Amino acid sequence: MVDLSVALGKMQLKNPVMTASGTFGYGTEYADFMDVSRIGGIIVKGTTLRDRQGNPYPRMAETPSGMLNAVGLQNKGVEYFIEHIYPTVKNIGTDIFVNVSGSTVEDYIETAERLNELDKIPGIELNISCPNVKEGGMAFGTSCPSAAQVVKEVRRVYKKEIMVKLSPNVTNIADIALAVEAQGADSISLINTLLGMAIDAEKRRPVLSTVTGGLSGPAVKPVALRMVWQVANAVKVPVVGMGGIMNASDAIEFILAGASAIQIGTANFIDPQVCVKVLEGIEEYLIRHKINSVKEIIGALEI
Amino acid sequence: MKKFILNLVVKENITLNTQYSLIILTSADPLPPMLPGQFAEVRVDNAPNTFLRRPISINFVDTTKNELWLLIQKVGEGTKKLCEAKSGETMNLVVPLGNSFSLPENIESEVLLVGGGVGIAPLLFWGAYLFERGYKCSFLLGGRSVENLLQLDDFAKYGKVYTTTEDGSHGEKGFVTQHSVLNGHNFDAIYSCGPTPMMKAVAAYASRKNIFCEVSLENTMACGFGACLCCVTDTTEGHQCVCTEGPVFNILKLKW
Repeated sequence: MVDLSVALGKMQLKNPVMTASGTFGYGTEYADFMDVSRIGGIIVKGTTLRDRQGNPYPRMAETPSGMLNAVGLQNKGVEYFIEHIYPTVKNIGTDIFVNVSGSTVEDYIETAERLNELDKIPGIELNISCPNVKEGGMAFGTSCPSAAQVVKEVRRVYKKEIMVKLSPNVTNIADIALAVEAQGADSISLINTLLGMAIDAEKRRPVLSTVTGGLSGPAVKPVALRMVWQVANAVKVPVVGMGGIMNASDAIEFILAGASAIQIGTANFIDPQVCVKVLEGIEEYLIRHKINSVKEIIGALEI
Repeated sequence: MKKFILNLVVKENITLNTQYSLIILTSADPLPPMLPGQFAEVRVDNAPNTFLRRPISINFVDTTKNELWLLIQKVGEGTKKLCEAKSGETMNLVVPLGNSFSLPENIESEVLLVGGGVGIAPLLFWGAYLFERGYKCSFLLGGRSVENLLQLDDFAKYGKVYTTTEDGSHGEKGFVTQHSVLNGHNFDAIYSCGPTPMMKAVAAYASRKNIFCEVSLENTMACGFGACLCCVTDTTEGHQCVCTEGPVFNILKLKW
């Protein structure tokens, strides 16, 4: 048997396959399709201090090899999560991370404080990279001082795993990664969506209600792979790679580039069983290459 | 209801005309339970610019023949590709998705199903379902022209069929909401699916007359089962997903 477990900052994941926030609901949406407890970690929908209705419709545009979304962090707020969702997901059989977003630093702090009380939530993913909100979100993740400030303040109140999710919409992503690492991030996940746009030529109108939106899917994979490689070479903390992973081969590429774990996002929409297939594919790759542990291929890219 | 990912076999692909195909799917195993109003997310293979599945209404379920019917209009590359399916090929579906129409309050109800264009698709299954349970149904079906009126013979098995076309090539000339049957009859429940302006006009008629009315909405979707939150519509309870809280909504709930 190959060892699929990986270390992620303060934590040990049973395998490197995680789900990306905003694509996996609260996990229960996928329970009909597979045994979700087999997944290494589930990152639930972006959660904010208060209820958010998100952006108006239309929120989605299909693109060649991907999609643009402008959901805008629709969620019922952290109190609703604690009272109504946490009891239904806490025994789902794998590690649950809550993706935390905010319009102000105080929002992040207060949300993280509330989540710190939940026994069965071993970590949060700090979302400083959502491109679809007017205030906060990506604005925090596109400059080193503001990214560092959010992490520093949340670190004071949140004692468990802090994974920081970075935006690719920056000039030098390694600099942002170093800035958040210095303030106590336990791990770094990337990439969030790339800012993009779609136009309906017949109507001379943007397709999305917000004009711009976040691009995901295989269209962004080469960019994501490059950024994961750059960040993994720059920081000491574990890196979680994502961006257009559709199959085990894609996932292994990210691991070779330096990711300790990976997240699957948009692919869940097309194949709701993809997480388990990727997990089985990684195992098969390790057996085929006579490798005992997935840890041996983290950053094993030969240049 | 439990959702499945199924590889179904194309038993027959009936080209209704240049715009529409009726795909009849079957399986060696019994098909799962499905309800009228529900839909499937159909994977589109070998279409380079089509990344996501396509949400398609369940047109009809024949439990005796173990058949699932999909009525598809060629709109873009994805639906064109689906309409080219050949007998014996497989189609990958996530099914059944969404909620379903709700039964009228009592068996005596006079029920009207109003459909436009390819929006008639879920109404055939719903009409058959109501008919089997003893409800008295009428169908009011509209289209731009006669070639947009589909499956009229199938509908006629379950109730009286009224039609309108904008060019007068079949039935009364005009929109469905201008049909004379709406003046003569008092319906107790109305169900509608079709273009949004048509459903809004039907909803306006129903609220004016204080008639129970449900509409089945369409929306662009990424997942179809409530994970992506892309397909919301504005309701009295805030943004709700058409794929999970719908596609069927009571008109009193919609803020459109």
